[in-house]
Amino acid sequence: MSPRITGAVAVRVLSQLRRDPRTIALIVAVPCVLMVLIQQLFGRHSPVFQDVGTPMLGLFPFITMFLVTSVTMLRERTSGTLERLMTMPLHKIDILAGYGTAFALVAVLQATVVSLLALGLLGLDVAGPNWLVVVLAVGNAVLGSTLGLFVSAFAETEFQAVQFMPAVVLPQILLCGLFVARDQMATWLRVISDVLPLTYAYDALARTAANEIHDVWFAVDCLVVIGSIALAIAFGAATLRRRTA
Amino acid sequence: MTPTEEPAAIQVMDLRVERGDTVVLPGLSCDVEAGSVTGLLGPSGSGKSTLLRAIVGVQKVAGGSVDVLGQPAGSADLRSRIGYMTQAPSVYGDLTVGENLLFFARVLQVSQAAVDRVLAEVSLEEFRGRLVNRLSGGQRARVSLAAALLAKPDLLVLDEPTVGLDPVLRRDLWELFHRLTQRGATLLVSSHVMDEADRCHTLLLLREGTLLAHATPAELRQRTGQDNLEDVFLRLIEEHA
Repeated sequence: MSPRITGAVAVRVLSQLRRDPRTIALIVAVPCVLMVLIQQLFGRHSPVFQDVGTPMLGLFPFITMFLVTSVTMLRERTSGTLERLMTMPLHKIDILAGYGTAFALVAVLQATVVSLLALGLLGLDVAGPNWLVVVLAVGNAVLGSTLGLFVSAFAETEFQAVQFMPAVVLPQILLCGLFVARDQMATWLRVISDVLPLTYAYDALARTAANEIHDVWFAVDCLVVIGSIALAIAFGAATLRRRTA
Repeated sequence: MTPTEEPAAIQVMDLRVERGDTVVLPGLSCDVEAGSVTGLLGPSGSGKSTLLRAIVGVQKVAGGSVDVLGQPAGSADLRSRIGYMTQAPSVYGDLTVGENLLFFARVLQVSQAAVDRVLAEVSLEEFRGRLVNRLSGGQRARVSLAAALLAKPDLLVLDEPTVGLDPVLRRDLWELFHRLTQRGATLLVSSHVMDEADRCHTLLLLREGTLLAHATPAELRQRTGQDNLEDVFLRLIEEHA
């Protein structure tokens, strides 16, 4: 792995994104609008907004970066630029790490803006440290990015890539504990929930909101998320073939 | 091979490529001599791109061997020695010409001066700040070619580099190709336009995955008794049938 080439890939991905200000605006504005909607729907002091608000700060970057990364990577695969890169002296990990770095930086922007809005104007209470919410949100973004990179290998068109969002992301959101607490789920659902990475990402955010970050389960959550990112990168690297049919 | 003979830059032996149920290359063998401009000619669908992809090591092959610059195609050591231009311009449309070349220069670990050099070589200096999506098809192809030239590769594999270019630019590029061989590079250039064949030292004529001929343009004219290379090709097909 070469930090220089990883950096070059990250700068390139960010330059491409910079040419698309509408996408940047959507990435930042849409979660803000949704956050306002949730707060208005349930009310500022309602337990629902207070319980759901913090995990939502992490879910937005997860969803956005999954979508943006899978489509960007698909374009790289179909435009021939990936084939060109594969004939050049770089490691597959350089490409994946470059993408991950670029979208993590976008996630810093997104998570910071949404968090400032939610914790400030919208009156969301987080018992744990506020900065940790942003850090976890960025972690979720990287997780979403790496899953998106992996999944893009199975899409041949942008239509298919977009459809992977409900297929891969929505079940994780349904089962992570946001809608129904995990201890109230049917056993078989809970077993599935146990093996989905977003479950742990959600739990880490919920524990931050409740200031249970010294709990051993918080550490377990973080380790599982980091492990899932590593696993998704490994699977992603396996889908980047130098030789194709 | 006698030791005095220059070793071939590319040696293809019994190369077989299948795609699904179709056999693209049933068992192709050919050499490309070092320091030459070799033209790979044939109609669209004859397997030219597939052969080029096998040479740069991105094609899945079902059998046979491809050696490039003395190493098996696809070896990691070859990646800094081969410049490859795909048929569709493989550059980023949402970046400027300069940004594209700077990115590939960083990946190839060559200096920024290389970007200036290749922009001059393909006559695109005044388009440096232009978005690739705003360029014409021919200009886009030249950006793609410029990227392949960045690392001063020993072997350049160019898939239809002159499609859609005006005659003056085409002539300039062929002059560039010959200048590159003077500096020791080997070029393998595919084309489906017969009038480009005369600009090559050696020709490989490919049809339906089979090599019809491997000779100089003069030899082919002599062998078939035809003057026009289009007619040469037709005659060779008839002989082969």
